[in-house]
Amino acid sequence: MSATPNTPAPPAAPAPKTNRIGLPKANYEGGKSTLCLGCGHDVITKQIINAFYEMGIEPHKVAKFSGIGCSSKTPAYFLNRAWGFNGVHGRMPSAATGALVANSSLLGIGVSGDGDTASIGIGQFVHLVRRNLPLVYIIEDNGVYGLTKGQFSATADLGAKQKSGAVNEFIPIDCCSLAIELGGTFVARSFSGDMKQLQTILEAAIAHKGTSVIDVISPCVTFNDHEGSTKSYKYSKEHETPVHEIGFVPFFEETLAEIPVGDTKEVAFPDGSVLKFRGVGRDYDPTDKEKALKTIHESHGKQEILTGILYVDPSKPSLSETLGATSEPLTTLPLEKLRPGREALEEIMESLR
Amino acid sequence: MSSVLTETTSRAGASGEAVVNDFSLQVATANGSGSQTANSVLMRSIFRMGVPVSGKNLFPSNIQGLPTWFTIRANKDGYIARKRDLDVLVCMNSETADDDVRELRAGAHVVYEKKLGLENPGKKRDDVTYYAVPFAELAVKITSAPEHAKLRKLIVNMIYVGVVAELMGIDPAETEKAIAKQLKGKQKAIDLNINAVRLGLEYAAQNLPAKIPFRVERMDATKGKIIIEGNMAAALGCVFGGATVCAWYPITPSSSLCESFIDFCDELRIDPDTKKKNVAILQAEDEIASIGMVLGAGWAGARAFTSTSGPGISLMSEYIGLGYYAEIPAVLFNVQRTGPSTGLPTRTMQGDILLCYFNSQGDTKHPLLFPSSPEECFTMAQQAFDLAEQLQTPIFVMTDLDLGMNNWMSDAFPYPTAPFARGKVLDAAAIEKVKQTWGRYKDVDGDGIAYRTLPGTPNAYGAFLTRGSGHNEMAQYSEKQQDYVKNVDRLVRKFDTARSMVPKPEFQDRPAATAGLLAYGTSHYGTTEARDKLAATFGVTLDYCRLRALPLQAEAVNWMRRHERIYVVEQNRDGQLVTILRDELPELATRFVSVRQYNGLPLDATTVIDGVLNDAPASGAGSDAKKGGIDA
Ligand SMILES: Cc1ncc(C[n+]2csc(CCOP(=O)(O)OP(=O)(O)O)c2C)c(N)n1
Ligand code: SF4
Ligand SMILES: [Mg+2]
Repeated sequence: MSATPNTPAPPAAPAPKTNRIGLPKANYEGGKSTLCLGCGHDVITKQIINAFYEMGIEPHKVAKFSGIGCSSKTPAYFLNRAWGFNGVHGRMPSAATGALVANSSLLGIGVSGDGDTASIGIGQFVHLVRRNLPLVYIIEDNGVYGLTKGQFSATADLGAKQKSGAVNEFIPIDCCSLAIELGGTFVARSFSGDMKQLQTILEAAIAHKGTSVIDVISPCVTFNDHEGSTKSYKYSKEHETPVHEIGFVPFFEETLAEIPVGDTKEVAFPDGSVLKFRGVGRDYDPTDKEKALKTIHESHGKQEILTGILYVDPSKPSLSETLGATSEPLTTLPLEKLRPGREALEEIMESLR
Repeated sequence: MSSVLTETTSRAGASGEAVVNDFSLQVATANGSGSQTANSVLMRSIFRMGVPVSGKNLFPSNIQGLPTWFTIRANKDGYIARKRDLDVLVCMNSETADDDVRELRAGAHVVYEKKLGLENPGKKRDDVTYYAVPFAELAVKITSAPEHAKLRKLIVNMIYVGVVAELMGIDPAETEKAIAKQLKGKQKAIDLNINAVRLGLEYAAQNLPAKIPFRVERMDATKGKIIIEGNMAAALGCVFGGATVCAWYPITPSSSLCESFIDFCDELRIDPDTKKKNVAILQAEDEIASIGMVLGAGWAGARAFTSTSGPGISLMSEYIGLGYYAEIPAVLFNVQRTGPSTGLPTRTMQGDILLCYFNSQGDTKHPLLFPSSPEECFTMAQQAFDLAEQLQTPIFVMTDLDLGMNNWMSDAFPYPTAPFARGKVLDAAAIEKVKQTWGRYKDVDGDGIAYRTLPGTPNAYGAFLTRGSGHNEMAQYSEKQQDYVKNVDRLVRKFDTARSMVPKPEFQDRPAATAGLLAYGTSHYGTTEARDKLAATFGVTLDYCRLRALPLQAEAVNWMRRHERIYVVEQNRDGQLVTILRDELPELATRFVSVRQYNGLPLDATTVIDGVLNDAPASGAGSDAKKGGIDA
């Protein structure tokens, strides 16, 4: 259901595979990862590469952002033909906001961690969502601070055990329900072990003209993958509960036959892309805010990790529209458009005499 | 020796003979009573009569009810610094009246609300002259209509304008013009206010036969000039300097800078064709976000700025360090107020020099610009954007509450004619020429400034990841000590390049002077007035250097080398600039004498005169003049 063109495979042709704009996958890759072998974050990196490749985005038009943490290192590992901004801990949203209002022709993707977002950076996260800045915002959520060696983050579940045996006594922050509460326009949860779902969500997020919050459970194999952890690979695999199956048809594709039939719900994006959802035995409507919140709340008690696009509303204006700024990049406006004429200054001077 | 002699002109007033165009007048009211309009009208009336004038508002950190004082200084010779002693007081606030009168010098004149009973037995001072006016009663007269009842409190203020005009010889025609200007087109309000002024004039004419000997007489020293606040001037500078992104979080005394910018942009930055804005203005959730937005925008290639005060700079520190180390253009206006901590949020200070010069962890240093006037707020704002892009680093424009929020007389601003200096930026074609040999942090030209590229440029060779962590010339992550040292040493080279690019100092030298005064920003006014008086009254001739920026320029250093003794005047407790001078010019360290005022009020000349006179060079070189009077 990803954006793979539904055309019969070419007969022989060993020529390198390219995407819809004629670029090979290599053009979307980045530097070599320095993360621990098996880290969930590396899987997410791979899916980011796949999603941008499949969507046929020109790499130089992408701007990458991150804060500080193992997760925040990953923009170095994908799309090295795109520019990136690695900010300070927890404050990536503001840097992304400045850059993307300055040049609204850039396509922004931000990668953060659960500490970077839910602990030190909760303030900027909250305001990012409120503003609906067009940005794909990924939280690589492992319940701990990987880079500082495994302390609990604010998404650690109540009663979750640290490697040392210490138990988390504090209520976790659910970034998804928080984002929905704040008027988020695209809120999803996925799991690094569910690559297909993750890639589909990423592709839809790329098409969304607003903030897409994607909380991806991403096990830290070094500090939080043990018995008693609620963010381990095993626990997450066992508890992942997709609320629906997702199909995404980007604007440049014909509707595919493989889109699920039956009790499907469609959500159209302004650019013509369409999201399709098929129920999986539960009644879930990703456009019903109250119900979404209720379902997420209930899932906590049931130890379910709900995944899927939990809420979506492509109709809300993005920050660029709210600001009323020109769609031309502000960065390249010529002097004539910026410096008012002599008369304007003289008029102001006269008013002050 | 003390400088009481400098107040001689005021004494003359006490003996009854007229003193023309040389006085300090203070109006004491309560915050939120609407006195601001009246005070501006009073100031502008004097200005319109051609007399140099300044207006300083001393206000509380509250919205309504606490005392405020507005001080107008008029001076035929152009001295517009705060004067320590008042000549005329208008007393409207019962809460402060007793204290206000007690603090007056002998020979002062007091216009007051009769109800306050300042001349009652036991209260009355016999060395000041009183003028009782039943302001509240008079106000009822012209606001008897029920729809005017609400205006009564406001109208009282215009009545004192009339009384003062009559008692000091201010031309009522100018007052009426000033009202019309202030209330732009609101005819009903204009009429009501003009009536109030007339009421005051008539009352004073009929009931107060003795006039105040401090007189306003028409002269010709304000022709073509404007009255403006520094914040508004800086905002205009941002508009004409091509700023396209502004991110801010409200804080006194800086808020009106961004608010003015918003107002100007609503007029001047609407695209005539699309009706869209050629600017993006973001009210951030805090100052950490403001600076993050500014850096993000600067990285993307926009001219971006924020405006704040000390507490905001403290919050921004981590990101400012990233701006320095990752080399991202940014402009920060610091409209300084009295610290530490929340301090006196509505009082002035030059208290953040060290905070900003060395801001953020590790070895960091930033260029600081020191505007002294609204005109320099306008020009230096524009220069700051050029410097930020040329030097690829955060630039601080250091104003203060006094300059930012008070009313200043200024020459009209010069229209900028130079193109924007956008620094070393490679476009797609330029990148194509250098391809993979390009390195974001390579010092190709030997000036410490590397070439940068902007996101979105259609040439993948230009792409790189900006980071606050260690990096090599090619912008790759690096923890190698050689890479680190090479990079931070280049930043020193870049800072040296900045010395020749930042605004140069201004000198006023006198033949044969071997000592000098050195000041910056708003300390200019008290310092230059003191310098003239030191020469005229005490025979002490001093040269003068007004420092306009850091890092130190060769011109400033040469001037310092030529002077055996240098009085460094600033408005902070610890002599923050002196600390920098002694550190950077250790061979001159003993020449510097620190003269400081740090009571939250704008610097007055008396402080400087005392500082110089109390210094005894013979008794031991370099000892700070810490005796009385300096630390007012
Ligand atoms: C201001 C500041 N405080 C603390 C740190 C130390 N620090 C670095 S990463 C990190 C936590 C990262 O956790 P998370 O965002 O969950 O990322 P992960 O490593 O788990 O992917 C901390 C506390 C820092 N870099 N900056
Ligand atoms: S410490 Fe954990 S989060 Fe960090 S790289 Fe290793 S596995 Fe990943
Ligand atoms: Mg984490």
